Amino acid sequence: MKTFRKILLGEEFNRATASIIAILIGLLVGFLVLLISNSAEALAGFKIILSGGFSTGAKGMGQVLYFATPLILTGLSVGFAFKTGLFNIGTPGQFIIGAFAAVYIGVTCTFLPAPLHWIAALLAATIAGGLWALIPGILKAYLNVHEVISSIMMNYIGMYLANYLTKSTIYDIRKAQSLNVADSAVLPKGGLDYIFYNDLGGVKDLSTVNSGIWIAIVVAILIYFIINKTTFGYELKACGFNQNASNYAGINAKRSIVLSMVIAGMLAGLGGGLLYLSGASGRHLKVVDMLAVEGFNGIPVALLGLSNPIGIIFSAFIIAYITQGGNYLQTLNFAPEVIDIIIACIIYFSAFALYFRKLLPFLIKKGRGDRQ
Amino acid sequence: MSILFLIFQQTMFFSIPLLIVALGGLFTERGGVTNIALDGMMIMGAFSGIFFINQMQGQMSGQLLLIMAILISTATGMVFSLLHAFASINMKSDQIISGTALNMFAPAFAIFVARMIQPNGVQQIQFTNTFRIESVPVLGDLPIIGGLFFQNAYITTYLGFVILIISVIVLYKTKFGLRLRACGEHPHAADSVGINVYKIRYAGVLISGALAGLGGLVFVVPTSTNFNATVSGYGFLALAVMIFGQWKPLRVLFAAFFFGLMKTIASTYSVIPFLATAAIPSDVYKMIPFIATLIVLAFSSKSSQAPRAVAIPYDKGSR
Repeated sequence: MKTFRKILLGEEFNRATASIIAILIGLLVGFLVLLISNSAEALAGFKIILSGGFSTGAKGMGQVLYFATPLILTGLSVGFAFKTGLFNIGTPGQFIIGAFAAVYIGVTCTFLPAPLHWIAALLAATIAGGLWALIPGILKAYLNVHEVISSIMMNYIGMYLANYLTKSTIYDIRKAQSLNVADSAVLPKGGLDYIFYNDLGGVKDLSTVNSGIWIAIVVAILIYFIINKTTFGYELKACGFNQNASNYAGINAKRSIVLSMVIAGMLAGLGGGLLYLSGASGRHLKVVDMLAVEGFNGIPVALLGLSNPIGIIFSAFIIAYITQGGNYLQTLNFAPEVIDIIIACIIYFSAFALYFRKLLPFLIKKGRGDRQ
Repeated sequence: MSILFLIFQQTMFFSIPLLIVALGGLFTERGGVTNIALDGMMIMGAFSGIFFINQMQGQMSGQLLLIMAILISTATGMVFSLLHAFASINMKSDQIISGTALNMFAPAFAIFVARMIQPNGVQQIQFTNTFRIESVPVLGDLPIIGGLFFQNAYITTYLGFVILIISVIVLYKTKFGLRLRACGEHPHAADSVGINVYKIRYAGVLISGALAGLGGLVFVVPTSTNFNATVSGYGFLALAVMIFGQWKPLRVLFAAFFFGLMKTIASTYSVIPFLATAAIPSDVYKMIPFIATLIVLAFSSKSSQAPRAVAIPYDKGSR
């Protein structure tokens, strides 16, 4: 009993509970919104959200994994920056620039053989994302520009730049989207085509999911290792806690800030590459004046995952799951934006984490005291 | 000459909303609460105001309709900002996270409601612009000044200047202004002389919400004929304007005009003779305001005069 109580009062459990409360409140608000807008079908609509990817069988679950892949990476990007005391709101820009770099290499460099081609494309995405975050990093470290403002500006610049470059280099005018990447640049299926398909009378209706999800999980573990087990990660974290103290301890704080931003940007850029290197049935770059949603959704993913890389994997699944459910909502004439409302509420209430965290141990202790 | 007038009038259309929203940001930050949700508040304000115009334009038109829409936008922004105030003042949340949530909520809400209410699930809200003043009587006939300020204008332009003057007076000449500034610099000192820091900060956030809601409407009305759940990142530009203006109203005015000019060049380059022939793609022009912002911030942030206690939740018990 004592160990049980110890777990209940422990830091990790406490923080995870705060996340779960935030998710529940978010879902509740979503249900209320459905109820107000169309009370007759609200329950059916809410069921669709909850059943998420399962609505369409194994293929649907595959799609959840496919859309969770970029979210893991952008979540890692935001979470890694959080750990080092920075708020990387620039993931949409880094993501889209990375995506463009990957697709560009995927379409043009056809002379490369299969594994090399997609590896090169992913590397390009990673580097491009890192470069895009380098600018806010330098501005923050050396010129005292708040990284939130500068990354927001970089988001818009990145969006317009990606639009312009896509239109002028790799555009398929008939389909109004980017050209398909070469087959050699499509990420291999990595065994997932044996699980995630729907059987249409002997024909396999394959999900888009590919080995990108394996790569994402490996990267998450790698980041966990870097943050928690290396001197380098420790230095970056120390700068997040107290710049002056780390300077005093002989850490180059300015260099650490720039490096943190660049690594965060590399993660977001890689996420862009993983989503878009997925063949004809996958996503294509579209020329629209809208910031990449996958980038912004990295923020709730990181918050729910408590900036812990392993937690981020799970929270990316959750967000992808309900987003997928939202897409099916249109069958009931509900606008899928209700999912964004839910996610916004989840972020809002996870900002209350500090309050929940103080409240929980208090309630648990009080409950015990009453019974004794 | 007429091109110069056109550019100047366009600059006004872009600068005035920036000025109003940046002043809003100034009030909340001088009180010690940062508000990156200005963009979301603009969207909510514009949404409610434009939706009101859309519904009522059959019955009424002209300045009366605009004034009522202004009131509705202002009130919406204020109510919406309560969420931010509650999170950042009562719950002591991370103000950036709360702001991010509101920024995400606003466009989703605007699209959702528009699609659920309007026939055929259309997300754009159309409106007819009956608010443009061709020429102000008497003043519009003045040479040069008439062409610059009193032709092809909106009452919102003059409202912007009125708000600027009121802001200067409130901030520097009233008891409330002094208290607000004190709460942004050193809330514990303010508390020690009996000022209710929570109340003052609430007031700051609510003012920012009201002005941002108004700014959203002021931005959409002269520059478009429909509202599509976006204000093109204007709330974020307003934040940059506030920083460039070093949290001082008159410098904010100057900064707003600088950015308004940048935005005007981006949107009217096709009628400016030497730019129209330069064959620079439109996407590059769209980047200009944001690139200019970055460059300006790089040069003006080193000696930042941000309020000292901004973005730090006030906790009576801490020292």
